[in-house]
Order: sequence, then structure tokens, then C-alpha cells
Amino acid sequence: MLKYIVRRLILTVPILLGLSILVFLFVRALPGGPAIALLGERATQESVEQIEEELGLDRPLPVQYLSYLRNILSGDLGSSVSTRRPIVDELKQRFPATFELAAMAMLFAVAAGIPLGYVAAKRYQGVLDNVSLVASLIGISFPVFFLALLMKYVFAVKLGWLPTVGRIDVTRSLEHPTGFYLLDAIIAGDGEAFVDVLEHLIMPAIALGTIPLAIVARITRAAVLDVLGEDYVRTAKAKGLDPSVVDRRHVLRNAMLPVVTVIGLQTGLLLTGAVLTETVFSFPGLGSWILNAIRFRDYAVIQGGILFFAGMFIVVNLLVDISYAFLNPRIRYR
Amino acid sequence: MALLSVEDLEVRFFTRRATIHAVNGISFDLDAGETLGVVGESGCGKSVSSLAMLGILPKTGRITRGEVRFGDRDLVKLKDADLREIRGRDIGMVFQDPMTSLNPVLKVGDQVTEVLRKHLDMDKDGARREAVAVLDRVGIPHASERVYDYPHQFSGGMRQRVMIAMAIACRPKILIADEPTTALDVTIQAQILDLLKGLVKEEGMGLILITHDLGVVAGICERTHVMYAGRFVETAPTNELFDRPRHPYTLGLLRSVPRLDASQKEKLIPIPGAPPDLSILREGCSFAPRCPYATDESRERTPMLEGIDGPMHRVACWNPVPDAEVATVASSSLEASGS
Repeated sequence: MLKYIVRRLILTVPILLGLSILVFLFVRALPGGPAIALLGERATQESVEQIEEELGLDRPLPVQYLSYLRNILSGDLGSSVSTRRPIVDELKQRFPATFELAAMAMLFAVAAGIPLGYVAAKRYQGVLDNVSLVASLIGISFPVFFLALLMKYVFAVKLGWLPTVGRIDVTRSLEHPTGFYLLDAIIAGDGEAFVDVLEHLIMPAIALGTIPLAIVARITRAAVLDVLGEDYVRTAKAKGLDPSVVDRRHVLRNAMLPVVTVIGLQTGLLLTGAVLTETVFSFPGLGSWILNAIRFRDYAVIQGGILFFAGMFIVVNLLVDISYAFLNPRIRYR
Repeated sequence: MALLSVEDLEVRFFTRRATIHAVNGISFDLDAGETLGVVGESGCGKSVSSLAMLGILPKTGRITRGEVRFGDRDLVKLKDADLREIRGRDIGMVFQDPMTSLNPVLKVGDQVTEVLRKHLDMDKDGARREAVAVLDRVGIPHASERVYDYPHQFSGGMRQRVMIAMAIACRPKILIADEPTTALDVTIQAQILDLLKGLVKEEGMGLILITHDLGVVAGICERTHVMYAGRFVETAPTNELFDRPRHPYTLGLLRSVPRLDASQKEKLIPIPGAPPDLSILREGCSFAPRCPYATDESRERTPMLEGIDGPMHRVACWNPVPDAEVATVASSSLEASGS
């Protein structure tokens, strides 16, 4: 098992290297180049050359790449043009926000999706099965931003039950040692703040989690139906095991294999979905950050952000593969 | 009194399109220590009857008539919770394909211990020790280490041994083996049959062996029932059945067994036609359309099992195969396929 994990970890190195090359070239392939982006369209030739020399852009590409790589490895992603703050600092602040949001969204999707799919499969072709099929179809086809706006209108504007924007009430003072507000509230022992942060998370998490919920439910249903027809389930019944044991040990454990893969892929995709959700709810996470960077042509932020997103995607995939190996003994030693 | 007594068992499958008459009234007794063969081609209802006895029919299947008496209880009328106490404990079952009948994500040891823990109230360590002992008994080398392995790390024959270990772990009174050797190589088949034979002898278990392979019953079963279209058409002590098959279907089966000692020119004689559509229940013998001996009576009235050549040999046929015709063909088939 350890060997497998180490091998997978080593495999991520070339992926990350390739990724850094792509991001590096992407920025340099943009029309005008970084100097123009920094100085604007009407910059003089002189000032462009001066900036290029300052940034080392007049050197050969491989040399530039190596110094860029050295900077990344030492934890320096450059600075934002618009805020002048180091990108690493911004990441430290915004990543916890998106992480919290994505985790809540996935929690919602998994906690509701797996039981729904399971029940639908057990009541195959019954009323509940059909209802959940239609509902999940609607869930998948519903645009995230529209659902977000709709919820905001109903629950925040009309009913006034939930806050509309941000991560926390602006008037509340809470220390942020970790940047994960829920965790911060627990550390501070501030129950009210915890509830406040949670209330701010509910709508964005539901909006973001709806599509994964529908997908998780459908995959769970299909997987459980598949496994219910397997010979080893019949064997388990022939042993006289209680139905709950048959379902837990024999049906669900096998059905979880495809579900885990889908959960992993969806978690990766949540990061993209976060762009829309965070914008609608003015949630100060990575999504809204990158959106603003694109709006202001803040290339250093885009570059750093893409690298970070891609890195996250790789980490999530790695985690999925490792958990898959835990669940499925057949691939462990291959 | 018989250990297990099945009386007029009838099983139907209710699907949207049709009602399938899978088992149409079979009766038999099984005594302790007896080995019973049930032979028939695919789809004749032999597997379904065993699933029905244990109450693990697929969702669309239902027992519509009959009794399955085990001790003083009728398994058909038992609640599922009570039936679960009997399944795996008093009646063990081995299935056809060991590649798919074991749970791929559970360690082999855990699959054996779960049945011990459910039925015999063993603690974890006790069940583990017992599991090793049972796996050792069915001939799995290094059982104390192999309990930590997963099914995919075993060969087909070894997996079938694991299946057998699970089925006999609680020392059941009855073992039902449904095509236990069909998915295995010929050499492994012999080993598995020897193992079953040995276990039945040592434990005094009653064995019901379901198979389409006449060679298998010849080697192991004392009595054999021949099943066709959900009914028993002939039942006799195995030797007698092979020596003097009286039902045209049994004769047909024996004639279609390939033999190594047959000369090049000698051809197999297949049974013409195909088994009947079980969604339609007709009066008359269901083998009549394929039967060279069929009469008008065969087509109109359903024959019942009745004694012929003494009470032990019974046949459901209006026009049994004449003795003289039988002798030559059948006995040589036994030598070729049996023992």
C-alpha cells in the first residue's frame, strides 16, 4: 500500500512539471506580452524594453522558465498587479474560503446523494425511484448561477432567513488564525460566530452541491442496482446474514467503488463551479478572485491561480486513487 | 422421518410480460447422509427449486404451492427472520461460479467468519480460529495465512473450496451444491467432487447435488432425479437409472453424452427440438413434442410419477421406453461418463 502511494506521488512530479510549462507558455503566448499587459496598450517601445529587462523577459525562454520554476519552488508566485500583494498571501486567505465552500457542497451532495440513490435502487421502478430520477435530471440540467439567484431571492430577499453575501457578518469580530472560519469559530469558542458562518455557507453550498448531488445519486443508484444482481449478494443471503449486514458489507461496499471515483471528479469540478457561485454570493474565495483577475487582466494572478487550481485537481485525484485502492483490494499491488 | 421433505413445490415468476412456470410440483425426501442428484438441462428449474427451498428467490419469483418440511417446520411458511436462522446454519449452499460468488472486496477469512459469528455466536478470535480450521479442512494450504487474502488471489478451484468452507462452516445438516464443478477444469472437478463426497461421509450431511452433468451424478449420488420443464420425469437409484432409463428424456440425455471409447463413425444422438416455453402451461407431457414415443394420451394428459420396476424407480410417462431397447445403449454410457 505504501509503495503504491509513493509511486503515485512520484508520478505527480512530471504532471506538475508539464503543467508549469503550460501555464508558463500560456502567459507568454498572450498578445502583447506581459509588459504590455502591465503598462497598457499605449506604452512606448522604450518602457516596454525596460520592463522586459527588469522582469528578465529578454532572456531565452528556457532560462526564463528555469528561474520561474525556481521561484515557484521557493514559494514565490509573484505579486498581483492590481493589489500589489504577493499572490501567495492572497491564496492563503482565499483558499480556505473556497475549501470550506467546496467541502460543505460535497458534504451536502454525498450525504444526500448516496442515501437517495440507494433508496431509489432498492425501490427499483417504484414511485420513489422515478421521482428521484426526474429530480436528479432537473438537478443536473439546472444552471448553477440561476439556482443561486433563485435561492437568494426566495430565502434571503423574500423570507429573510439567510444572509445574502460574504462569509461572515461584517460587524462580527472573529480572529482568523487559520482562515477556515468554521475552524476559527471553534478555536475562539464562539458558538454564535459558528452559526453565523454556517448560515453564510448554506445557500452557496447547496447551489454548488446540487449538480454533484444529482450525479452522485444517479451513480449510486446504478451501482447498487448492478451489485444487487451479483452472485456474491446471493451468496451472502444464502449464509443467512441479516439484510442490513448484506446491504452494508456486501452491497454498499462494492457499490461505493464507482461512486468514490465520481465524488473525486466532482470535487475537482467544484472548483470551476465555484467561480459562478462565489460571484453570485460575493463569496471571497478563489473563484471570485480569478474572475476579477480576468476582468482586470491581472496575468500574474491568473497564472498563479491556474497553477494552484490544477495542483488542487491533481491532489484530489491522488486522494481518490488512494482511497480507491483502499476500497478495492484488486488494484492494490498492481 | 426424512431430514428434508419437499412436497408438491411450485414456483412461478411474475414478470410484466408473462408468468413463468419454473417449477411445477416437485416432491422428494432427503435422508441424513444421503446424496441426491438432480439432473436436467439449463432452465429446467433445478436451481430455482433450491433457491426456493432457502427462500432466496429473485424478487419476481414466488412459491405458489407446496411445502418444504425441515424437522417439524415448513420453510415455506416461515418468516424471513426465522428462515435466516436456518440458512447457512442448518442448510448450506454452494453455487456454480466461484469467480463471482465470493465478495471481491472482503478478505476470504472475513467471509467465512461472518457466517460463524452470525449463527454460532462466536467472538472474533474464536471465529477466526474456526475459519482457519474449516479452510484447512477443505484443503486450502497455509490456511492460517490465506484467511487474510482476497478472492482474486485464489485460483478457481481454491475459490470453490472457500465456497464449500463457508457452506459447511456451521456444520449444516444439509448441503445443496448447485453445479459446483461446472465452472472448473476437469481435473479440478474431480478434486472438488472427492472433497464433497468425503465431507458428506464424515459429517453425515444430506447432499443435494444439482447438475447438468450425468458424469457428476454417476460418480457421487445414490439417487437421481431427472428434471424436465419444472417437473421430475424420472427418479431412481443412480445405477439403475443409468442401466435402465425408462423415460425417453433420460434415455435421450444418456445418448447425447460424448464418449471417448466410441468409434469415429458413431455419432452422438441429440434430442430433437428445444425445451418448452415455460410461460405457457399446457396439459399433457411437456416432453411430448420432442419424444419419439409420444402418443395421443401423452399430448392430452399430464403423466404423474409412478413406480416401474419396483417402488424405487419411478417414471412420469404414459409410454415408457421398452426394456429391450434400453439395455445396450445406456449401460455403456455409464462407463464412459461415470465414476
